[in-house]
Amino acid sequence: MAMENELPSVVLSKVAVSETHGEDSPYFAGWKAYDENPYDESSNPSGVIQMGLAENQVSFDMLEDYLGQHSEASIWGKGSPGFRENALFQDYHGLKSFRQAMAGFMEQIRGGRAKFDPDRLVLTAGATAANELLTFILANPGDALLVPTPYYPGFDRDLRWRTGAKIVPVHTESSNNFQVTTQALEDAYERAVAMNINVRGVLLTNPSNPLGATIHRSVLEDILDFSTRKNIHLVSDEIYSGSTFYSSEFTSIAEILEARGYKDSERVHIVYSLSKDLGLPGFRVGTIYSYNDKVVTTARRMSSFTLISSQTQHLLASMLSDKKFTESYIKTNRERLRKRYEMIIQGLRNAGIECSKGNAGLFCWMNLSPLLETRTREGEVALWKSILHEVKLNISPGSSCHCSEPGWFRVCFANMSEETLEVALKRIHNFMEQRKTASV
Amino acid sequence: MTRSRLSRTRSSQHDEETKQTTTTSSGGTAMRVIVPLQGVVQGRGGLFLGSVIPCALFYFLQLYLRGKHCDDPTDQGDPTRDPNAPSPSGSAGKLAELPGFPRNSSRNLLSPRSPRGPVLLSGRVNEMVKSGDSPYYAGLKKVLEDPYDEAGNPNGVIQLGMDENKLTLDLVEEWFVENAKEAILGGGGGGGGEGEELSISGIAAYQPSHGLMQLKVAVAGFMSQIMENAVSFDPSLMLLTAGANPAIEMLSFCLADSGNAFLVPTPYYPGFDRDVKWRTGVEIIPVPCRSADNFSLSIAALDRGFNQAKKRGLKVRGILISNPSNPVGNLLNRETLYSLLDFAREKNIHIVSNEIFAGSTHGSEEFVSMAELIDSNYLDRDRVHIVYDLSKDLSLSGFRVGVIYSFNNNVLAAAKKLTRFSSVSAPSQHLLVSLLSDTEFVQKSIKNNRVRLQKMYVAFVAGLKQLGIECAKSNGGFSCWADMSELINSYSVKGELELWDKLLNTAKLNVTPGSCCHCIEPGWFQFFFANLTERDIPVVMNRILKIVSVCKASS
Repeated sequence: MAMENELPSVVLSKVAVSETHGEDSPYFAGWKAYDENPYDESSNPSGVIQMGLAENQVSFDMLEDYLGQHSEASIWGKGSPGFRENALFQDYHGLKSFRQAMAGFMEQIRGGRAKFDPDRLVLTAGATAANELLTFILANPGDALLVPTPYYPGFDRDLRWRTGAKIVPVHTESSNNFQVTTQALEDAYERAVAMNINVRGVLLTNPSNPLGATIHRSVLEDILDFSTRKNIHLVSDEIYSGSTFYSSEFTSIAEILEARGYKDSERVHIVYSLSKDLGLPGFRVGTIYSYNDKVVTTARRMSSFTLISSQTQHLLASMLSDKKFTESYIKTNRERLRKRYEMIIQGLRNAGIECSKGNAGLFCWMNLSPLLETRTREGEVALWKSILHEVKLNISPGSSCHCSEPGWFRVCFANMSEETLEVALKRIHNFMEQRKTASV
Repeated sequence: MTRSRLSRTRSSQHDEETKQTTTTSSGGTAMRVIVPLQGVVQGRGGLFLGSVIPCALFYFLQLYLRGKHCDDPTDQGDPTRDPNAPSPSGSAGKLAELPGFPRNSSRNLLSPRSPRGPVLLSGRVNEMVKSGDSPYYAGLKKVLEDPYDEAGNPNGVIQLGMDENKLTLDLVEEWFVENAKEAILGGGGGGGGEGEELSISGIAAYQPSHGLMQLKVAVAGFMSQIMENAVSFDPSLMLLTAGANPAIEMLSFCLADSGNAFLVPTPYYPGFDRDVKWRTGVEIIPVPCRSADNFSLSIAALDRGFNQAKKRGLKVRGILISNPSNPVGNLLNRETLYSLLDFAREKNIHIVSNEIFAGSTHGSEEFVSMAELIDSNYLDRDRVHIVYDLSKDLSLSGFRVGVIYSFNNNVLAAAKKLTRFSSVSAPSQHLLVSLLSDTEFVQKSIKNNRVRLQKMYVAFVAGLKQLGIECAKSNGGFSCWADMSELINSYSVKGELELWDKLLNTAKLNVTPGSCCHCIEPGWFQFFFANLTERDIPVVMNRILKIVSVCKASS
């Protein structure tokens, strides 16, 4: 027995023990605090309100109605070949009817300003998988993607962990509302070159998370030109495209490619998902749309690791093909999100807090820099901690999003009822009042 | 973004492990340059280029055939695509043109417009393109283009190359018709008194990426049942994934670094090449098994494999066994399993036990799960990991539910984080909770599955025997492993592939040639029968008879 005890325990891989999953940051620690003490209107009114989760619950009722009326769709789709095909189907091409429905839905969101070919859609179990998969395809270990800051904290994990790829941040500033500039792209590229790192592409989120704003058409053109000049890829993560408050304010990279006659388009790839626009993150539905044949073929094969359940495909194919429903849903969803946004912006303003200008998404980008003890990351984290533990609000600190300026926070507003949002705003108001009196 | 239970993985034990990894791997750094080149040379004794020659031969065979059949072997056909539609371009995949828009010039990657050359893709893409030429994919494509149908297309290609189980589909269908509607959305399904809300807000929201606890509990119970209650499974040691392939890949990522290796007995499931190696950079050292002892695994062979790896500077991190095995269908007996554990302990490596066909055993032999051995053995718990696939035993492959079951908390913690890339869809999970809670249905299904598999196996093997084709003794899985070496005109991979081609293109039967499974003896073929009906068997046998006659006549 003693001999056994001396044997070293069996070893795990570097990937398994690495921290590249990035889950030790405040971004995730806040969720833990919420999990341990979740707010509930009746049973736990002083619990932590979750404002760090970009989930869309404002339009659940519409989905509920639809599914209630089309219950057969929930099992194996309306008018489909039936149960057998559904149960056994595991072809990584995905159901044609579902791809067609997705392509159509994506076109609807863009007001018909771009066309999507269902055969270029590769299905994955969520956008998380789509982003990782694309990175596996576009970059070798050690290569880098340029990602404008502030960016979704999950990218540190999704783009880097198993792929071995690096992220080189493209810095943006509040002075121009955190817009990407060609200069910033060039700077990031130079930095990578100086570190002997191969840059393989730019990854944008449009509309942006955490900014909650669409990227201007002219900026998109600049970014596309930059990518073409450097002969690198451009990934446009458009998972919030259906969550812009005004349809006309969103320009998809697809529209720009169309306007350019698809010249040089083989470097462009779009990621989409139903988790945000349709509020169905539990369904695990993501897609990659690529203008590059080789990427489509490879992505399709790689999607074996992350297929969408056939039953889910059938259900959603029915729902998304119902044009009347989708049009009404998209329109109503935009309106409700806009109203929520206005509500929170006003509430924050009343408390003396300003936000950056936003027009999309499930969150706003709040400026608390005047409250910082020191204009540093530490100061920001300290403030975040006190908001979490004293005010009992879980919001996301800008440093988790690699924001270059401390003091900014992402606040989600679509994952709760209006009443809960009122409670949250009240708490913020009180917090600000206390600060004012304390400093007097 | 997925919500996840935050779990600290750092511990002093971990630091120790990390240190160990770095010190042992620095010694192999020099080899790391040479190893990838040497890695091409696989197979026994370094004399037989195990994987390169079949692929290369097949590639040339395809080139030859392409002249005759004008097929593009690099893309699997779309099942819903009209096979008669003209291919828009011979080069890249078959992607339809957008109506009314200028032709997508991305197809021509060597366009004179971009003299710098096309925008680069990763090294992984090229590996994939190579493997895409294998018989595995070519055969699949043929089936999709020209699928057999008793009434509608009696001369179509019969699919004998897909590990699909249709034998209990009717039972599952029956259950769905009666219960599914309520199960997904309606109040509480299956009479459960827990008051769990199954409304849209219950299934739409972010779920734990590693699966609902309810489903884990149900799956644990199910797994126990199919293993005759010889062992009970703890749901908290379980992770659910979108199918078994990501489960295998995740374990590969967790147990080995890029450039390390797993020992895998051959013949093995062709998909392992993708699941274990593709994105992880992990190598497979094949451990040959021979027909002389019905392809049983010998510890001596494992040991030889381990030493060969050492000589090549490859660090072996684990053994991947399949029990029941695929393609042969062997069960590993208790003694062998114990020996495996001893071996793994001696070398301080992991064991991944792929038990996805555990519920599909037929015949008299007893199935023993690795879990059973570990149940009473605490010392080796950390090195054993089990993979299971719910869809195999329930005819529900489309639902994609794989299982990682591990006693190692660190592996669970790491793999749990990886499940976010391969989660099971929530509505499917809820449906399965209901399905699995219906104990009557489950019992009936398990029993019927075995009975029907047994029937099909016996009938199929008998049919082949009548044609003079013997099969390896098998006790599990959806296929039989047939020895057609007498029928190949040269005892080589080339001969085997020529016979495979005849079977596919003349007899219109898609079967898997042994070389795809890295079998060292040419002439063995895998015939899947679980997606056929009894009526299909004589049709299959007739077609094989024609080929047999042709082969015998020409020899």
